[in-house]
Amino acid sequence: MAIVFQKTRGLTDVETHYCPGCTHGIVHRLVGEVLEELGVLDIAIGVAPVGCAVLAYKYFNCDMHEAAHGRAPAVATGIKRVHPENFVFTYQGDGDLASIGTAEIVHAAHRGEKISTIFINNAIYGMTGGQMAPTTLVGQKATTAPYGRDEAHCGKPIRIAEMLATIDGAKFVERVTVTSPAHVRKAKKAIKECFKVQIEGKGFGIVEVLSTCPTNWGLTPTEALKWLEDNMIPYYPLGNFKRPEEVE
Amino acid sequence: MAKAKPKIQGRVTFEEDRCKGCGLCVNACPVNIISLDNNKINAKGYHPATVTDMDKCIACASCALMCPDVVITVERL
Repeated sequence: MAIVFQKTRGLTDVETHYCPGCTHGIVHRLVGEVLEELGVLDIAIGVAPVGCAVLAYKYFNCDMHEAAHGRAPAVATGIKRVHPENFVFTYQGDGDLASIGTAEIVHAAHRGEKISTIFINNAIYGMTGGQMAPTTLVGQKATTAPYGRDEAHCGKPIRIAEMLATIDGAKFVERVTVTSPAHVRKAKKAIKECFKVQIEGKGFGIVEVLSTCPTNWGLTPTEALKWLEDNMIPYYPLGNFKRPEEVE
Repeated sequence: MAKAKPKIQGRVTFEEDRCKGCGLCVNACPVNIISLDNNKINAKGYHPATVTDMDKCIACASCALMCPDVVITVERL
């Protein structure tokens, strides 16, 4: 008898506070597994954001630091510069990274800080109750856009992965999702590659993960996965935007 | 005649009290043997996921890959 799958050492035994069916849990697990498999769990320092993942410091089984809203890349920069031998990652949502923290992430990437970022894009502000985020799709309803996002008033949603890929300091940029077992495997591969970029000292890496918010979208967890595939993937195409060139 | 491939059998165990009954595993199972147990309520107040026919399990771990609460352990027999 062989164990095919069991809980990773990268996560603590604390039960998460996430709503049923929230894909945060899947991404937490992938990050924990990758930290364990790359052997950096004991030297990893994570920076938790403000948003639904604000309590992430209780869930990852490594040293964690809490940052002010959007400032995780700035805090991670400080930690990495003082402890260059440690592995430093940030875990941020779209209200955190794509809105109030856009300056921090852009400049952390621009400076080529040797940190890794996991960016959860669920097209809405989850923790505060479903307000419109910069990533909310045109026509998508939110509590602050009851008739759906109006392009004439709010513009189109921001594509963070494409934007960061234009920055020289960003060495690894990929967008993945976790709507099916196949996508989960691909997401894990991307996170692993992203973390390796930091371990090999090549520079900044980010993985954008398209996620669901069943509660604030007003859908069941299964319907939410379908909604993501039908509506978000056409606007936020999956795939790798940048990876370090192979050294000859 | 070619020999039939040995059938892979698996066993999944759910940590039922941590399950939030979201149903993502039910959706992911390729052999459709997982369901939410409507006769049971766990410590969190949800109907936990359960396997109806363990003999059909192929140990693919799709359910475990999709579980946001990491309550599933998969073994190959």
